[in-house]
Amino acid sequence: MIEFLANWLAFTPVFAVPLLLATLGLIVNERAGVINLGAEGMMLCGALAGVACYIEFGESTAVGMTAAAFAGLLIAFLFAFVVVVLRADQVVTGITIVFFGAGLTGLIGLRWNDTAIAGFRKLDLGFLSEIPFFGKVVFAQDAMVYLTIPIAFGVWYFLFRTRAGLNLRAVGENPQAADAAGIAVDAYRFCAVAAGGVLCGMAGGYLALAAAKIWVNEMTHGRGWIAIALVIFARWMPGRAVLGALLFGGIEALIPRIFAAGWPVPQYFLQMTPFLATLAVLVWVGVAGKRRSAAPGALGLPYVREDRW
Amino acid sequence: MTVALEMSDVTKEFDGVRALDGAWFRAEHGRVHALLGENGAGKSSLMNVVCGLYAPDRGSIAVDGSPVRIDGPAHARALGIGMVHQHFKLVRPFTVAENVAMANRLGGRWTDELALVAETIERYCGELGFDLDPQARIDSISVAERQRVEIVKVLMSGTRILILDEPTAVLTDDEADRLLAVIRGLAERGTAVVLITHKLREVHDFADRVTIMRAGRTVADEDPKALSDERMTELMVGSAPRSAAAARSGGGRVRLAIEELAAARDDGVAALAGVSLAVGEGEIYGVAGVGGNGQTELAEVLMGVRSALGGRVALDGEDRTSAHPGERRRGGLGTVPADRYLYGLTADLSVAENFGLTGLAAGRYGTWWVASGRMRGDTEAAIDAFEIQCHGPASRSRLLSGGNAQKLVLARELSGGGGILVAHSPTRGLDVRACAAVQSQLLEARGRGAAVLLISEDLDEVLDLSDRIGVLNRGRIVGEFERPANRHEVGRLMVGHA
Repeated sequence: MIEFLANWLAFTPVFAVPLLLATLGLIVNERAGVINLGAEGMMLCGALAGVACYIEFGESTAVGMTAAAFAGLLIAFLFAFVVVVLRADQVVTGITIVFFGAGLTGLIGLRWNDTAIAGFRKLDLGFLSEIPFFGKVVFAQDAMVYLTIPIAFGVWYFLFRTRAGLNLRAVGENPQAADAAGIAVDAYRFCAVAAGGVLCGMAGGYLALAAAKIWVNEMTHGRGWIAIALVIFARWMPGRAVLGALLFGGIEALIPRIFAAGWPVPQYFLQMTPFLATLAVLVWVGVAGKRRSAAPGALGLPYVREDRW
Repeated sequence: MTVALEMSDVTKEFDGVRALDGAWFRAEHGRVHALLGENGAGKSSLMNVVCGLYAPDRGSIAVDGSPVRIDGPAHARALGIGMVHQHFKLVRPFTVAENVAMANRLGGRWTDELALVAETIERYCGELGFDLDPQARIDSISVAERQRVEIVKVLMSGTRILILDEPTAVLTDDEADRLLAVIRGLAERGTAVVLITHKLREVHDFADRVTIMRAGRTVADEDPKALSDERMTELMVGSAPRSAAAARSGGGRVRLAIEELAAARDDGVAALAGVSLAVGEGEIYGVAGVGGNGQTELAEVLMGVRSALGGRVALDGEDRTSAHPGERRRGGLGTVPADRYLYGLTADLSVAENFGLTGLAAGRYGTWWVASGRMRGDTEAAIDAFEIQCHGPASRSRLLSGGNAQKLVLARELSGGGGILVAHSPTRGLDVRACAAVQSQLLEARGRGAAVLLISEDLDEVLDLSDRIGVLNRGRIVGEFERPANRHEVGRLMVGHA
């Protein structure tokens, strides 16, 4: 039983990190008032770019993750151009990005399809990793797991402890007020979308390089959508996003454990559980949300300065 | 006194409607300038041009004597122009200090800067006699306090031209007097203050100079001491020749009765404070008043889309105060809402479907299957009777011009045959011909015995059409007039401090 628990908890961060990175990216987006439903597509592009560059450029995870971030950034530029500059409907554009990402990676990815890779390796922290139970759970993760903690802290620090973060939140809450205060609304939104794209791309890259260690078509399997729900669960707060990602990472990590243990649970039911949990979270948020919603005031609304009516 | 701001020949159009039409304005340092005008006269638009929110189509602006092209709010602020908007530009979940810091850079590390901003707020509050907690969240403080936040925010960025858009509209009398005293103090220390208002009392008591606007144009720039109340009202509302008064009619059996009706705005502020009136058969009762005195809330309560907090609404003597819109319709009520596409029409349905919408609900076009033939026939008859220009009953309502859309609403609401009609700003935004058509339809309906409640911010319309007029000011009917009403007396009650 202890071993089952240790294995389960040791595997949780690998599943939690991509969810957390994507959720953080979406929090930055949505705090600036842009709702990005295209996370799934951005993650796919990141995953393919990560694997392809990992294979082609010397099997380096650093190169893979950089490429993943860059791919996410490119797609985010496209998204930002359409929704911030052209002020198109954010929901429709986001969904388009999902299909665009899936189609594009399906087409380009043929060459690297189904090639197993070594990817991220667990770090060996010497005697720390030898500690029973805790060593395996806490001190034998890959480098990206440890790097994600400062990233989450950084997002929180930026949003709540810097002037630029305050400006960004102002743009998302009340762009009219931000504009009148002399804040460049469109520039902030554009940069927020770009930053969100980088994080979503990294989420996809990590998913392929660490969790799956392979590229296959549409491998994100709805994790982008779960991240969108996690933003609501987290009430747009990076700290709560960490909790949410660990919770859902835990559920995902449990699935292969249960298979391995050979318990007689239908496979499709197990694969459905993350989405069931997502639904449960949204129901819970809806029922418990008696307090005023924490959603940014101008979420999803394009800003036009002279819009009078 | 040096000239702080000079604007000339400023023109601005919104979707073909001229909000500003060659307006001019001039303000000097050390003085309070009142900018007076009715709703829609262009006061706020003109000042939005100054603070960089609207780019003018034409015209020139000079600040401190040198011509400038203001290309955004940041630029306006750099020029020392600050505006306190009617709808405060504050971020509600943020604290007072954060809101002020957004618009003012004091430099240094961010956390230190926030503390410095909080200190500076307290210093300004001391000077101005305000009492503000820099750490309070905007959504936890009163409207008057929010306004003080705006003033401090604007002053802190070195404003030497301070514009206040109807600052006293949201304040109690006491609060208003205190604010105006603060404003006088600022002017004495050299700031040029522009006070947008439609209250004559404020102009007389606090302004050194008054500029009056009407229909996007500047019509006067005078010393308020040289202008009587009558003269100011006349300049504001114009003295357009009245059309030949239709014979007074009505006074039949009361069909719509409102007693002591109370209601609140969305943000909880009282909008109606005991409105009482009665409209009889074959009568048009006009509600005159400057916008924002409860017109919208009155119309919405009568439509059944806003709940009354007190009082009674009766249709033909039956209490319908809390009836839902369908019940009201069955009680004989038709409504012409101010926003045609919000409560009136569904833009993407056809003309016939929009026409039949209320009849369908009442079961006039079949109970289960839609009798589309009958609906189409009725629509065609209405298109002819009301001269609605469209490509037949099947065309999409979105394609109708404003005037034709309004005629369609009117045709539908009068077709129910209930004979009670509430019309809110029925000619807003219409051209002259459509306007005349709608007005003559209202008169015809009255001729057929309908009871019409006309709520309008257009004084000429109310004077021309109404058999009786009630003036709505601060949520109360402050006076009633029989036709023919004295334009200036109505005007005085509209802008008076009742």
